Amino acid sequence: MKSSVIIFPGSNCDRDMDVALKKFGFENQMVWHNDIEIPKSDLIVLPGGFSYGDYLRCGSIAGKSRIIKSVIDFANSGGLVLGICNGFQILTETSLLPGILQQNKYLNFICKNVFVKIKNKENKYFEKIKKDVLELHIAHNEGNYFCSNDELKSIEDNGQIAVTYCDNKGNDDEKNNPNGALKNIAGIFNKDKNILGMMPHPERMIDPFLSGEDGSLFFENLIESF
Amino acid sequence: MTEVNEQIAVEHGLKKDEYKKICDLLKRTPNITELGVFSAMWNEHCSYKSSRRHLKKLHTKGSQVIQGPGENAGVVDIEDDDAIVFKIESHNHPSFIEPYQGAATGVGGIMRDVFTMGARPIANLNSIHFGSIDHEKTRNLLRGVVKGIGGYGNCIGVPTIAGQTCFDESYNGNILVNAMTLGLVNKNKIFYSKAAGVNKPVIYVGSKTGRDGIHGASMASAIFDDKIEEKKPTVQVGDPFTEKLLLEACLELMAGNSIISIQDMGAAGLTSSSIEMASKGNLGIEIDLTNVPCREENMTPYEIMLSESQERMLIVLEEGKENEAKKIFDKWNLDFAVIGKTTNSKNIELIFENKKVAEIPIDFLAENSPMYDRKWTKAKLPKENKFSKDDFKSLKLSECLNKILTDPNIADKAWIWDQYDHTVMGDTIQKPGGNAGVVRVHGTNKAIAAAVDSSATYCHAHPLTGGKQVVCESWRNMISVGAKPIAITNCLNFGNPEKEKNMGEFVECVEGITEASKYLNYPVVSGNVSFYNETKDKGIKPTPSIGGIGLLSDYKQMVTMELKNNGNYLLVIGKTEGHLDQSIFAKNILSNQKGPPPEINLFNEKQNGMSILNLKNKNLIETCHDVSLGGILIAISKMSIKGNKGVKLFPTEGLVNKFEYFFGEDQGRYIVEIKPENLENVEKILKKDSIHFDKLGIIESDQITYGSDLTISIDDIKEGYKKWLKEYMVN
Repeated sequence: MKSSVIIFPGSNCDRDMDVALKKFGFENQMVWHNDIEIPKSDLIVLPGGFSYGDYLRCGSIAGKSRIIKSVIDFANSGGLVLGICNGFQILTETSLLPGILQQNKYLNFICKNVFVKIKNKENKYFEKIKKDVLELHIAHNEGNYFCSNDELKSIEDNGQIAVTYCDNKGNDDEKNNPNGALKNIAGIFNKDKNILGMMPHPERMIDPFLSGEDGSLFFENLIESF
Repeated sequence: MTEVNEQIAVEHGLKKDEYKKICDLLKRTPNITELGVFSAMWNEHCSYKSSRRHLKKLHTKGSQVIQGPGENAGVVDIEDDDAIVFKIESHNHPSFIEPYQGAATGVGGIMRDVFTMGARPIANLNSIHFGSIDHEKTRNLLRGVVKGIGGYGNCIGVPTIAGQTCFDESYNGNILVNAMTLGLVNKNKIFYSKAAGVNKPVIYVGSKTGRDGIHGASMASAIFDDKIEEKKPTVQVGDPFTEKLLLEACLELMAGNSIISIQDMGAAGLTSSSIEMASKGNLGIEIDLTNVPCREENMTPYEIMLSESQERMLIVLEEGKENEAKKIFDKWNLDFAVIGKTTNSKNIELIFENKKVAEIPIDFLAENSPMYDRKWTKAKLPKENKFSKDDFKSLKLSECLNKILTDPNIADKAWIWDQYDHTVMGDTIQKPGGNAGVVRVHGTNKAIAAAVDSSATYCHAHPLTGGKQVVCESWRNMISVGAKPIAITNCLNFGNPEKEKNMGEFVECVEGITEASKYLNYPVVSGNVSFYNETKDKGIKPTPSIGGIGLLSDYKQMVTMELKNNGNYLLVIGKTEGHLDQSIFAKNILSNQKGPPPEINLFNEKQNGMSILNLKNKNLIETCHDVSLGGILIAISKMSIKGNKGVKLFPTEGLVNKFEYFFGEDQGRYIVEIKPENLENVEKILKKDSIHFDKLGIIESDQITYGSDLTISIDDIKEGYKKWLKEYMVN
């Protein structure tokens, strides 16, 4: 399976993602933001970081970058596009995903382990994961998901909520909301479920010596789903 | 152009006799640009004029040392072809004036020092000191500094893996922000700042030069007064995004063979970087300032030379490699300009709009810079306190424990490190809050441990002992995670060196550091000195911060501090004499801050540490934590809270009372967790090695108990310990 990780100036989780994808069997290549074409891929990943310094708004300049048209074309043709953290922000900036990511409710950067509840398994990203609650890691300043009431109704009706923040038992209530995200949303799909944007970093949880191993479950499922 | 005279020289921070020396050396009056260059090179921050003669005494050698002090950072061998480049540096003065930018650019500056040498930064650490928690500025300064450190490090994508935070009223008017970075480099591909060869192109890369930070280094060499807010324009403004690009571009250029020497533009910007490169290479340098990329219009040669705009580098390239290099910087959207060449004149010559605007022999600026043998007084060892039975009569262990666990200097600091990305790069195997941060050496079985320590209370009570103690504490932190201690970097924060007492504190702390680092083979390979941490005649307590690193040859053998399993035994390695003077207990419970700090016995220190490593290598230790501030009971509590397990403490032996035993801050001690089946073997080994140990207790239940004197639940102590700082910051 072939994957491509896009490097924007300011991306800083590109290497971590590369390591994770390769560890679970992807044949991964790195693609520079100034390129026009993306080599043939089964999966495109927009990694975390601070693309273009996140100046103006997180992900906004990356959303207008040279490579992004190819990403949009690939996504619109049904290709799998995964955006983690800054990648999620970029996906909302391109309108491939609805809503926006605002600054965290308590105005601080947050770096810690969190639990997320998988809300929809009828898609390639979570299909064969046996657990319902994963322990993942967040590290962001703008992860507070927000959208209009109409958009919320539509993403709920279409099963587009992918993961929500919760406790280790899966209670996704306000008490377990680290950043103020609407409905505890940590990640969403597009309507067709081929695009996933999420704030937590599975690539940081692929080894018992790191923060944990639930990220491994994510990548194992992903490679198997092809 | 401004006429230069003695008055103007004094306004530049030069002393009258220093100005006279400049005129004598030049045999003429300097023009304003030249005066600016002299003032930048001769200030305390850049010239080390008060400290140089004492720093020479530091222990800087060892078979592990590839590069000691004197370069952008120190370099040590970590076996195979790998080396670690690391250094700690202060950004105290700017952080007090403008906490966010001051702290952010401190982090940016130290990272540049490390990647200038060809290393990719793999971990950041910091040591931050603030005034009393009741001081009106403390909250905002803390908030700003933490945001600044996070804002810069998080954006670059280098994990902040450990740190230290202290509160003490002596920092009310002068906070300390010391930032440390570790980088990984192939030991055959290290880059140095020494220029070589004549007529080699001198290249400017990175951000454009603006008017920010002019006289930053001079500001950092002065004491503060009421008008300190007016100094805001001397604080630089950081742009971590540009630094990230600069990092990647430099590493890409370094993969080739075009660089002769490279130096970042830090304190005193273009002035010190160009002079340092030429001075080390025994060369001259000619710079055409017209070619320096400027952010603002009509910048004068004086401003260009003194700007401390961030994210800039100076490179001496091999001839003919300009285009190859330019391509890389174009790719990363960074400025690239050929601004001069090396010469054999041994002068720095500055050209601006086709006119020569300055010419100074480099020797005058570097080697001939002033060096002072400042007067200093030796500190006496204070007399020991004699506590009586009455002092302890009405005290309860549980109340003392709760009070100390919520002491600002003991309480949990998660509010701080949750704001630092500590897991990016995917190699952080021990996060902040342990004995040391640990990161794997990417793609290998090795890992590097790192920690920063300071003990201003001890250094204040007796600088010589304090200096030794900080080094030992750093060494213990390495041992506690199972790492072999390798080397240290020191950031020496002191008051006004023109005062004999402060100078004495500096001299004796350095002596203490030297003695301990020599004995422990834990050499100093880099560092910096920050003097004049003084406001309106009030100086800080002497605060040397020691950043230590250690090597784990197999990361899977790393040791952590949280209690593991019920039924396992706890031992205290090292002797407990019950030293309460200068302890948190004495200050917090007995309201007594007199007396000597705990004594350092280097022989025991080394023996105890080596025996722990020996036990670890034999897989006999489940958990380890060094006993530091607050003594045994605080150490146990932290281990219990982290592991969510209780401890039954055994009756203490010996003559000391239970308060002295549990809260005394004797040095050279560790608490280790041992499986019952290994206990006999461990005791045998310790006895054979003549290591003193006490059987402290056994892990059980969810309480800490000590006979009928103490029963306290882990949940209760956890709550107070965890929430103190969070609540303080909300209020």
